[in-house]
Parts: sequence; C-alpha cells; structure tokens
Amino acid sequence: MLIKLLSATATAALLAGPSLAYTAYVTNERGNTITLIDTDTMEVIKEVPSGQRPRGITISPSGHELYVCASDDDTVEVYDPKTMELLHTLPSGPDPELFVLHPSGNPLYIANEDDNIVTVVDVDEHTVLAEIPVGVEPEGMGVSPDGKYVVNTSETTNMAHFINTETYELDINTLVDSRPRFAQFTDDGSRLYVSAEIGGTVSVIDPASGDILKKITFEVPGIVPEALQPVGVRVTSDGKTVFVALGPSNRVAVIDGDTHEVIDYLLVGQRVWQLAFTPDEKYIISTNGNSNDVSFIDVAARKVVKSLQVGELPWGVVVSPE
Amino acid sequence: MRATIKGLVGAALAAVMLSAVPARAQVDTTIGLVLVQEDDPLPLSRLEDPADDDAVAGAEVGIADNSTTGRFLGHTYDLTVLRPSPEDAVAAARAAVANGAGFLAVAAGADTLQAIAAAVPDALVLNLKAEDDTLRTSQCHDNIFHVIPSRAMKADALAQYLVWKKWDRWVLIHGSHPEDNAMAEAYRRAARKFGANIVEERVYEDTGGARRSDSGHVQVQRQMPVFTQNAKRHDVVIAADENEVFAAYLPYRTWDARPVAGDAGLRVRDWHPGSEGWGGTQMQTRFEKHAKRYMSGNDYLAWLAVRIIGEAVTRTDTADPDAIRGYLRSDAFEIPGFKGLPLSFRPWNQQLRQGILLADGPLVVTVSPQAEFLHKTSQLDTLGYDHPESECSLAD
Repeated sequence: MLIKLLSATATAALLAGPSLAYTAYVTNERGNTITLIDTDTMEVIKEVPSGQRPRGITISPSGHELYVCASDDDTVEVYDPKTMELLHTLPSGPDPELFVLHPSGNPLYIANEDDNIVTVVDVDEHTVLAEIPVGVEPEGMGVSPDGKYVVNTSETTNMAHFINTETYELDINTLVDSRPRFAQFTDDGSRLYVSAEIGGTVSVIDPASGDILKKITFEVPGIVPEALQPVGVRVTSDGKTVFVALGPSNRVAVIDGDTHEVIDYLLVGQRVWQLAFTPDEKYIISTNGNSNDVSFIDVAARKVVKSLQVGELPWGVVVSPE
Repeated sequence: MRATIKGLVGAALAAVMLSAVPARAQVDTTIGLVLVQEDDPLPLSRLEDPADDDAVAGAEVGIADNSTTGRFLGHTYDLTVLRPSPEDAVAAARAAVANGAGFLAVAAGADTLQAIAAAVPDALVLNLKAEDDTLRTSQCHDNIFHVIPSRAMKADALAQYLVWKKWDRWVLIHGSHPEDNAMAEAYRRAARKFGANIVEERVYEDTGGARRSDSGHVQVQRQMPVFTQNAKRHDVVIAADENEVFAAYLPYRTWDARPVAGDAGLRVRDWHPGSEGWGGTQMQTRFEKHAKRYMSGNDYLAWLAVRIIGEAVTRTDTADPDAIRGYLRSDAFEIPGFKGLPLSFRPWNQQLRQGILLADGPLVVTVSPQAEFLHKTSQLDTLGYDHPESECSLAD
C-alpha cells in the first residue's frame, strides 16, 4: 500500500515535471513585514520585519538585491533576499509607492506620489540621478524591455507619461481612464497595458505611437460595476495571456492577449491588488489585502489552487529569479 | 545632473506637440469661487473656526492639480475669488461671468444660489453649500450642479451605519431653526427608509446669548443631563443642530450613557482631514503643503468643484459651459473623490453621487453607503432621494 502510494506520488511528480523552488516575497502594508513563501510547497517560510508601510517590491535581475518601498519611512530598503538582512537604503524622495528597475538592474525609477515627480536612483552609487516632473499623483511604473522608455501613470492627471530614459523628457503623454494604477509592457515591447482603477478599464496602448488600440472592460454577474477596479497587470512572456487584478471585486481577470477579450474571472481573496508570476510561469500569485492572504493561480489551468495566509494587508509581491 | 532636470517642464510642453495626445487648441478656463458672506453661526469650539482662506485654499489646490494636467494639453485654469454680501451676490456673479468665468462654484443659501443661477443662465453653477432637499426633488435648475450632498443623503449615510450596527432605536434632538427642522425630517425619512425607530423627539430651543463664555462649561454640565433625562429606551442620540447651538454639548453629558451621532459625536462630514482611504493621503498632503493647515469640508468641496470642471475640460477639450454640462451629465463622466466609489452626477437633478464620511474626533469611523445596502443602478443611489422619489427630470 505504502509502495503504491509512493509510486503514485512519483508518477504525479513526473507528470508535473520538475518544479523548481522559488521564493516569493510579499509586502504586508499594515503589518510592516515581508512574508517569504516557498512557491513549490506553497508554504510560508518566514515573516520578517520591514520598514514602515512596505508597498512596492522588486528584485534585481541577478536575484541578489530585493528592493522594498518603505512608504512611511520615505526610503527604499535593499535586502539580501537569501538572509533578509537589510543591506542599505536608497534615497527615494517622499512617500515611494511603486518603482521599476531598468532591465539591466540599474537605475531604479520611483514614483513619488506626494511631489508629482519620478525619482531616478543609481542603485550602485546610492545617489539621485534625476527628478522628473510628471502629472498629479504618479503611481504606476513600467519599463520597456529595451529599457528605452519608462512609463509612469499619474492618478489624478490620468495619463501614461512615456519618459525617455536617456533624455528624461516626456516624449509621449497618453490620456487614459480615471485613476491609472499600473503600467505593464509585453516582453516583446509591442504593447503596453495601463489599468485605470476608477475608470474600470485596461487600455491597450501601442508604445510606438502612444495610441490606445483598445480599452478592455470587465463585467461579472452579481458584482456592481464600480467594484471592478483593475490594478495589477501581468502578461505571460509569449504575450498570449494577460492577468488583471480587479481590486474589491475579489477577482483576477484572464484576458486573451490577441483578441483582448476576457476569457475568465477567477475568484481570489478580498481586495486583490498586485500579481507576480513564478519565473517558469507555472503560477501567478495575487495579493489579497483585506483577507490577509495570497492566492496561487495555476496559469495553464486558469485555476486558483491555493490560498495562503500571510501578514496584515498584503500589498506587493515579487518572485526570485532562481 | 539634478539641477538640469528642473528645466524639464518646458521640455515636456514641447514634447506634447509630438505626443499621442493630439495637438489641441489652447483652452483657457476661468472658474469663479463665489463665497457669499452670510451670517453663519460661530462654532461652539474655537478649534472649528473657519480659516480666513477656507474654501479658497481648496480651490487653489484644485486649480494647481488641473494646471499640472493642463500643461500636457495646452489647457490653462484661472481662479477668481469673490466675497459678495447676499445683496450684491447676483451682480457680482453676473460681472464674473461677463469677465469670462464660465463656471461659478457658489457657497450660498438656497435662495441666493437660485438667484445667481437664474442671473447667469449661460454659465454653470456648482453648489457648495445649500443642502436643501427641495433643490433636488422639486426646484431643480438646468445650470446648477450640486457638489455638496443633500440633507437626505447625509441622514441616509448615518442611518445605514446605525442600522448596520444594530443601533436602531433613536432619540432625535433637533434645534428650533428651519434648517434643523429640515434635517430632522431627513432623519425621520431615513428611519422609515432603513427600518430604524425614532422612539422620541426633543427640540432644543435657541434662546440666543453668547456662543462661548469663560466658564460656560459649568452650566452646560448641569443643563445637558437634565435636558436628556427620562428618554424612552434608546441606543443612540441623534442631534440635528446646523446652527451650532447645543449638539457639541451632548457627548458625555447625556443622562443615559449613550453615544451621540449627527452634528456631534459620530459626525456626518463632507470631508475629514484624517481620511486616508483610496489614496486620499496624497491630496491631504498636497493641500497641507499649500495651506499650512488641515483641509476642511469647505476646502474639499471647492477642490472637488474645480476638479470636476478640470476633468470635464480635459476629456472634452473645450471650456464651453454647454458642452461641459452635457459631459457632466453623461455616463462617461466620473471622478475619484477619495471616498471609494467613483463620483458622478445623477442626471435627473444633477446631484453628485458620493460616499459620505462618518467620523469621530480624529478618525473616519466608516464611509457610507454600507456594502449591505444594494441598488439596481448605483449603490451610491441608496443615499438621498432616488429618481422615482424626485419630481425633477432635467434633460440634456
């Protein structure tokens, strides 16, 4: 019996293919902590203290530095992802919320909501390279795969600002729907997705012209339209599937990357904000702020396979590249 | 390096010409802020005395917000502040419109507001002060948009929370002024609407006299318990006291140990400087940097009125009041107001749909509508008079 069971497990493991263990890092905005999760076992490894009000989180391409916006401390904290030792902090400008790393790993572009600027920080020298004036309440930050453009969304101005990373000039400003929260390029750089939380749409933008090709809208029976508030957006590396976190509707929308029609809505935890893929794109993880948990979504099956309790008010998530 | 970036605003402007936002015609928008100097009562607490630039500072931040967006589009915004007496209000408003203001944000009582609106039929008037339900149910005007919630909306907001809390037996204490009677009626309607029970009503007569005196608390401490003595069994005391006569004296002084809500205790607010929900912190911080003080309800309403016009101009690329009116009334218009659901106008009476904050001293306790109260079109329409209850049907 035991042997049979073992062989069944072994077969299942073979069928599933070798799964690599990555570590997911979740910022808990209210708990002032970071939760580390083993994405293979889908269990919490540990929860460690962070600066005050941790929100945006990202990791260097090398996987050696973990960056965390400690919003109420007005700094970006840099951790060793292995030991979670705080290595140093970066000057971030006031109230950093979201940021994006240049694909090369340097510099870091930070949205400063209070000052209507994007701060550019050299992560090696720990110095501010530039402060770029943008619209009111800058929030979402995306970077083109070639690193030539950083796109910032301003929540009250309602624009996607295309920042030329060489000149720091705004080459294009695209008016989108109300309260744009997040900007995400496809891996081939051919499209840009910008979510509008209050407008309830995701704009599909041609980055070359800045023109809006299509606005994706959402509809879930039994959910008031106002609750369908798109925030985090992620696209599979082949560009074929787009995932959008829909805030207080407690759903993640699955969208066809070619037709831009919604294929499915997946029920996750409460007030879902940000998303991150595992590097093998087997799973996408959502942070569900009001239920203090994250959901693991099986990307191929488009199914929520696990909910896992983390710290208080989980906000952002990133998965280590190795 | 850091210094060179300061010049980028100009570069950004130049870049607009090449951008996805097509080169647009220059649009200049002038908004008049008309603060009619009415004889408003002095608050019972000196902490609540309005600042000299009350409402003005809010409008200024709104203009700055609009202008930041406008610089990417070739749109400019100007503010004209007027403080006429009630007698001069109509003439002042007429002059402002003649001088190019297409939009007037007006803080005035219902009569003056309607007189101004009638005198400037080609301009849009945004109501910042008159809470009268009659302006939303029977006396509606094509060119008035109500930014401030009505009394019925405020009463419904409080009622929803109290019913959710299962504090549904109310003692209603209202003042003797006409506004207090109107607010009391709004609470009676809210009780019927949401299934609460007003077990008893009392009227606190305004007998005049000084608002504040050096050791007034000695008398107040003795008067208020006696005034609230022998009330029928109740969960909560609701105070309707728009003229600041007694409500602030109720908490901790009622005969029975009961919470107070309405115009004291758990207060119904247009805005609260402690509110941080839905990204509101950034706007609070912007305001505090500008004004060197906290944002009041009047500041918020003035900010919101200016932002409403700015949002409509941004989307329509025109400052023509008639075109803006059409846009504001349409399904396309919505604006974040840091109160949860997006704000929009009810087309039948041009009342701004909005969440309503309920706050104690330092903190927001809740924001209504409460999630449990549903509506077939917009949950925000669970607050105040809904379409079938209003005689108004303003048209495009």
